[in-house]
Amino acid sequence: MSDIRKSLVDIVGERGVSDAPEELWFYSRDPGVLAPHRPDYVVAPQTTEEVQKIVRLANRQKIPVIPMGNGMSLAGLVIPLKGGIVMDMKRMNKILQVNPMARYVVVEGGTSQGALKAYLQKNHPTLRHSIPDAPPATTIAANVSLHGQGRLTNQYGFNSDMVTGLEVVLPTGEICLIGSPSIGPYWISKGPTLPDLSGLFLGWLGCTGIITKVGLKLYPNKKIRDAELFVTDRVDLIPHILYKLTHLEMLEDINVWFQPKPLMFLGNFHITIFFTGDTAEEIEFKRKMIWDTLQEYMDSKDGGFMAIQYMKSVLLEMPGRNIADFADVPKGGGFEYSGPIAPIEHFPQYAAKLVELAAKYNVLYASAARLISGGHAMMFSISFAFNRNDPAMMERVENALDEAMAFALDMGGIPWKPNFKEQKMTLERMEPNARNLLLMIKNNLDPQGIMNPGNWEVNA
Amino acid sequence: MHQLKFDQKVCASCRSADCLLKCQYMKFSGHKEAHGEMMKIMKGKDSRVLTECMTCYACEEYCTRGNHPFYLISERREEKGMFTAPRPITNQWINMTKMQGKYLVGDVKDKALSCCYIPDLGALGTGEIFKDVASAGVFGAEFMCPAVHTHFARMSVIKERLPVVIENYRKLGVKEVICLHDECYGTLTSIASAYGMEVPFKPVYYLDYVLQRMKELKDKIKPLNITIAYQRSCSNRLIPDKLPVVKKIFQLIGVKAPKRTYQDKNALCCAEILRSISGYKLADDVVKRNIDDMVKVGAEYCVFNCPACQISLSEKVAKRGLKPVHIIDLCKMAIGEKERGTI
Ligand SMILES: Cc1cc2nc3c(=O)[nH]c(=O)nc-3n(C[C@H](O)[C@H](O)[C@H](O)COP(=O)(O)OP(=O)(O)OC[C@H]3O[C@@H](n4cnc5c(N)ncnc54)[C@H](O)[C@@H]3O)c2cc1C
Ligand code: SF4
Ligand code: SF4
Repeated sequence: MSDIRKSLVDIVGERGVSDAPEELWFYSRDPGVLAPHRPDYVVAPQTTEEVQKIVRLANRQKIPVIPMGNGMSLAGLVIPLKGGIVMDMKRMNKILQVNPMARYVVVEGGTSQGALKAYLQKNHPTLRHSIPDAPPATTIAANVSLHGQGRLTNQYGFNSDMVTGLEVVLPTGEICLIGSPSIGPYWISKGPTLPDLSGLFLGWLGCTGIITKVGLKLYPNKKIRDAELFVTDRVDLIPHILYKLTHLEMLEDINVWFQPKPLMFLGNFHITIFFTGDTAEEIEFKRKMIWDTLQEYMDSKDGGFMAIQYMKSVLLEMPGRNIADFADVPKGGGFEYSGPIAPIEHFPQYAAKLVELAAKYNVLYASAARLISGGHAMMFSISFAFNRNDPAMMERVENALDEAMAFALDMGGIPWKPNFKEQKMTLERMEPNARNLLLMIKNNLDPQGIMNPGNWEVNA
Repeated sequence: MHQLKFDQKVCASCRSADCLLKCQYMKFSGHKEAHGEMMKIMKGKDSRVLTECMTCYACEEYCTRGNHPFYLISERREEKGMFTAPRPITNQWINMTKMQGKYLVGDVKDKALSCCYIPDLGALGTGEIFKDVASAGVFGAEFMCPAVHTHFARMSVIKERLPVVIENYRKLGVKEVICLHDECYGTLTSIASAYGMEVPFKPVYYLDYVLQRMKELKDKIKPLNITIAYQRSCSNRLIPDKLPVVKKIFQLIGVKAPKRTYQDKNALCCAEILRSISGYKLADDVVKRNIDDMVKVGAEYCVFNCPACQISLSEKVAKRGLKPVHIIDLCKMAIGEKERGTI
């Protein structure tokens, strides 16, 4: 047995470590198009102290550490680009405390979205969190590490904006509390009114430390959720429609999607509008507000509401399932999306680009944009489905995604959950002083460069 | 291409102009105005009817002189490039119902049981009542009556697709097609004849079939002794001669349908198309008046004949204390095949 394996076993026990080829095979890849790369070990800690010991070991041995939730980012963010130890966080899955009055929860760094949802439904039915449409086994810490978005993002911002405090193991092994928990017992603020140190970890894709606890804001869980589906064939109207809808200031979530298949969706842009209420009257009031605000498009015949009774239960699922269904249209179950964050006024240009790229690379497209913070921006998903058993198709998708990201950057967008190539493109365009600041932070926090190397790799 | 047969002379000499005078969504000062508007439509001129008609199909019933005012209105709208519902909704329906070779054909011999392109119909056309034909089901866009496009004033789609649908049935070698949806029967009779399309098999109205079967199953019937309100569908307006069949079935299974304001010729539609065309205000008003009326006569059940009406109104009637049920399920209840509680 190698020394490192033995040391890891000493820390987490035999069952928490593996270098068996069949397990490493799984930990080498993610569901996206990027090439796999084998780790040397997989380790699954159960406590912050175990995480700390592993990081210290890695530091001593200068071995990469890749924190991993459920590995579903699709952007290869947990593929161990330089080998090393994949740290599977899923055994750290406890829900540590809920403060119902202050509406926050504290969870361990491997707790899944599904576990929190189920826990709240059972124990705190009047509270909810901002669930992303990712599979329920994906983790909360990972989601804030990549600035995810969820059902409440239109109202309250990125899911990472909802963090109320962190516990982090730094790349050098110190355990560090961030935000209000660094001062007292309450997890009520990730930063303000202190200097906001949470920015050293949120959005860093595991390159600056390992999140072992997350405090997360909870929000009122209204008794009734409902949806309306507005369609238009005029892409130029989308920004205006979104502007009007967000002006209502009462919608849970707004998604805009379009796809050529099945045929009923061809040629139209669909805006799913989610809203909530505690009584039928509240729901009806909101519904009328939504219809009233879009009446002018009905009158001009440019847009209308679909009758959705038969599909409502699917629309209201959390997480939504239809994104994953799309993956199997070309058969072979693969899909990857890049999701630049962009101003909503650019929707028409992004939509045109997506269709152009799909034709150029002969791949199947879909898009589902989500509004962020009442319309300040949107996440515009550029999604392509592929057959995992067709390397040529996967290569075409990879090229299409690269070109999409170059376009997004040209348009002044910023990348969301960028893969290592997209990070590189972004850094190349970044204002030099900002890039140097990133470098300074990364080098100071992670002097040995062991944390998820290959990602956010800043060269001076 | 098939042309609408519309006898201009019949209209010109019409002393009633009931088609428009009876319209529930437009007001006319009297015969002169209504008739005048119809004349304008006939001559291809602009008419307020072309912008205000809600496509409820009712004037097809109100005209008792054999003309087809609603089909004509729809033709004229399309000729003028007008849309009733928003354009993206119109096109969505056209795309959604396109034939793509994804259809189902059961064990069809002389008879086919048409489930149109409505999945719910498959489950309805089962059990003792349909035991001889349930296995002969056909389903899919290839067998769907395209009548829905009249709502969207896209008669060209009907003219293009209906002959293909008829041909698809012909190719099955059937002598009879039992239509589980009024719209299919209305299409194969009213629309096909209005456009001079030959139908080389016998369309059978499903409620005629159900009535016949219920007579045969008389011994099994336990009268339901319930009070209901019947929700007439828009497409029933294309086949008004079939209205009495419903009443006969109700009698046979011991169902009371007290007289209400919005019934028969004065029936209100489920309002889904109104919602799509003009927004919620008119639709909500129609739904409210309709359900108020059902409640007023003491109905316990709201009985549907069309799955689309049922989807659109079920929740709304249930909120007012009525149980939504399809007329076939009601018959299944009467012969003990379905529990009352499962509706
Ligand atoms: C069908 C589908 C739908 C999706 N919809 C959404 C959506 O609506 N919104 C959305 O935000 N995302 C969505 N995603 C993307 C993605 O699945 C989510 O962002 C998800 O939260 C990723 O979680 P994970 O546990 O799989 O992360 P992983 O892929 O395991 O990790 C993501 C990143 O976080 C880092 N990381 C993981 N754990 C830690 C930790 N404890 N400390 C520090 N760094 C860590 C990893 O190193 C990696 O860089 C979707 C994905 C799919 C497949
Ligand atoms: S359509 Fe019928 S009712 Fe209307 S004017 Fe012509 S003949 Fe008379
Ligand atoms: S279809 Fe209905 S709304 Fe239109 S004119 Fe005829 S009766 Fe009036």
